[in-house]
Amino acid sequence: MKQIAQALFAAAVAFAVADPAVAATLDTVKQRGVLNCGANGQLPGFGLPDSQGNWTGLDVDFCRAIAAAIFNDAAKVKFVALTATNRFAALQTSDVDVLARNTTWTLSRDAQGLNATGINYYDGQGFIVRKALKVNSALELNDAAICVQQGTTTELNLADYFRANRMRLKTVTFASLPEALKAYETSRCDAFTTDASGLYSTRLQLAKADDHVVLPEIISKEPLGPFVRQGDDQWFDIVKWVHFAMINAEELNVNKANVDEQLKSDNPEIKRLLGAENNFGEQLGLTKDWVYRIVKLVGNYGEVFERNVGQGSPLKIARGLNALWTKGGVQYAPPIR
Amino acid sequence: MARPWESALGVPIYRDPKYRGIALQIGLCAALGYLAYAAVQTAADNLARSHVASGFGFWNVTAGFDISQTLIAYSPQSSTYGQAFWVGLVNTLVVAVLGIVLATILGFTVGIARLSKNFLVERLATCYVELIRNVPLLLQLLFWYNAVLKALPEFAASVVLPGGVLLNNRGLFMPRPLFADGTHILAMLAAVVLLAVAFNKIAGRSKGFWGAISVRAASTLLIVVALPIAAVLVTTAPLDFDYPQVGRFNVRGGLEVLPEFVALVLGLVIYTAAFIAEVVRAGVRSVSRGQTEAAQALGLTRMQTLRLIVIPQAMRMIIPPLTNQYLNLTKNSSLAVAIGYPDLVQIFTGTVANQTNQPVEVVVITMLVYLSFSLVTSLVMNLYNARYALVER
Repeated sequence: MKQIAQALFAAAVAFAVADPAVAATLDTVKQRGVLNCGANGQLPGFGLPDSQGNWTGLDVDFCRAIAAAIFNDAAKVKFVALTATNRFAALQTSDVDVLARNTTWTLSRDAQGLNATGINYYDGQGFIVRKALKVNSALELNDAAICVQQGTTTELNLADYFRANRMRLKTVTFASLPEALKAYETSRCDAFTTDASGLYSTRLQLAKADDHVVLPEIISKEPLGPFVRQGDDQWFDIVKWVHFAMINAEELNVNKANVDEQLKSDNPEIKRLLGAENNFGEQLGLTKDWVYRIVKLVGNYGEVFERNVGQGSPLKIARGLNALWTKGGVQYAPPIR
Repeated sequence: MARPWESALGVPIYRDPKYRGIALQIGLCAALGYLAYAAVQTAADNLARSHVASGFGFWNVTAGFDISQTLIAYSPQSSTYGQAFWVGLVNTLVVAVLGIVLATILGFTVGIARLSKNFLVERLATCYVELIRNVPLLLQLLFWYNAVLKALPEFAASVVLPGGVLLNNRGLFMPRPLFADGTHILAMLAAVVLLAVAFNKIAGRSKGFWGAISVRAASTLLIVVALPIAAVLVTTAPLDFDYPQVGRFNVRGGLEVLPEFVALVLGLVIYTAAFIAEVVRAGVRSVSRGQTEAAQALGLTRMQTLRLIVIPQAMRMIIPPLTNQYLNLTKNSSLAVAIGYPDLVQIFTGTVANQTNQPVEVVVITMLVYLSFSLVTSLVMNLYNARYALVER
């Protein structure tokens, strides 16, 4: 009897305290000693583990940069592969500290308990078709069957685009990207649609990449960025400024190779960036040399871009909108001061 | 005479095992109730704080996504998430009902074949059962889907079948009678099936001409096939059809059967039939050999023995596990998500949950739906079982 009573009491206490004030994410991460990062796992260039389990990609490097800023060790990241459908639940239930999984920033996502921290890739939705169909424009796709991955903004844009252009559509929806792509490849569908960045990488996964062509139309705005939970402003600021720091580093020509040299620079902006002057990192709850760590261990935005999706990768995606604002793109970061 | 505070045994109530037992049970129930309440309340609070759950307001919001198979009215621009739910529900029901009927037929056939004295028939049935039930269903579905897609010609090389029917890897396209849409046809099929069942029930009681199995089978066929055709001819002659038209990319118009649907039904039927076959075999084996011998001594043929003596007794053993298989089939239909068939899980817990970001509400609704499916199936099968059960005195 006594044991039962004790057990009941213990359970009651457990439930009563199962509702604590939310602990600061930064403290939790530091205590754990590793950053939990929700990543794609199936998209070359953005998030994909190789056969040894080493993750690579633009989003993957973003998480590495956060780890570098916190721990001075870019390897202290545990990547969790998430699907389009389970990614938000994983973030909201604290399975991951940050979601960097080519996720489109939309109003409803911001309103529903999440916060987009910035845009680390300006994307837009496009179509890929078989060359044999002799289609030159997405506007010719009336009546076409189109394979798409479910749970994405892609699914909605597709219906919108066809409606707006008074075209008829036959959607075939799949839970995951590989299944949708396989159905397209077996010619169940005439076209496959996803973000343009994804089209380039999925094209390389097709058996005969040269038989397929990406159509010129971009039918939507897809600003992709990392997300955090609402309710922890400090963590929101850290994740936001890791991205800005990487862009500022590129703008000031601070890169992996010259960062030690640049430490001695007289340029006040570089001094502030690398922590030689003032304590901006500490204001965020990090250390003075937070940007030095990021650039030294991971690189600036341009380096990360070229390495994962640009000229240094099989994808060879041009910078385009993702070039710095000084070079014709729209990547622009507020100043560190 | 016991005093008011004492029980019948003459001891105080708190020392009477009977009352003490009752008090303990009430206490335990109250504690469990509180625990459940606390757990739900805590979860609800936490969910509300992290904006995971915020009610069912999304139900009437415009959905905006397209669905490949809609048996009831649906359009991306004007339909709501609620209507998308009903589309998914109907799609799941169609697969479940068709799957159950076909799996029962195939399962009984294979089950009887496993008991055959013919070596080849028995071995074939055994191989089928062992092969199918030892490979995971998901793999089988992917296999059938790809097998179906690969086997069918591409759109450009569509096969034209007699009567304006087109076949390619986008589906089977048939002329659609102009008077009816999908809902009408489903309703008509249901009415015809009900009529056939009722006819069989009444005719089955007759010992004369109408009671003969061959007459009943022929009449049933007549009801199911000839009656609808006759009805259509009488009411809307001459009959017009919406013929499938070949467009640049796809077939337009007509009635469409998706390859995803075929693959899902095929996979579920073949998989579940293997289990049903084993259930049937076990049921038949459970009937004492003496029953068969007695029947044969009375001069019944082998078919008559099976139909009149063995099967009715075997049904008592077969129905409860058969119910399990029906429930499994219904629940397994949610694997449709892997092969792109828009069932309830695919549409609702896949797309709707993600577009609305209300996974908790969506999953709760979906669980309730499957629970009701299963309870209704169990109820029907239990009623059937009660009829067949051995009446003991």
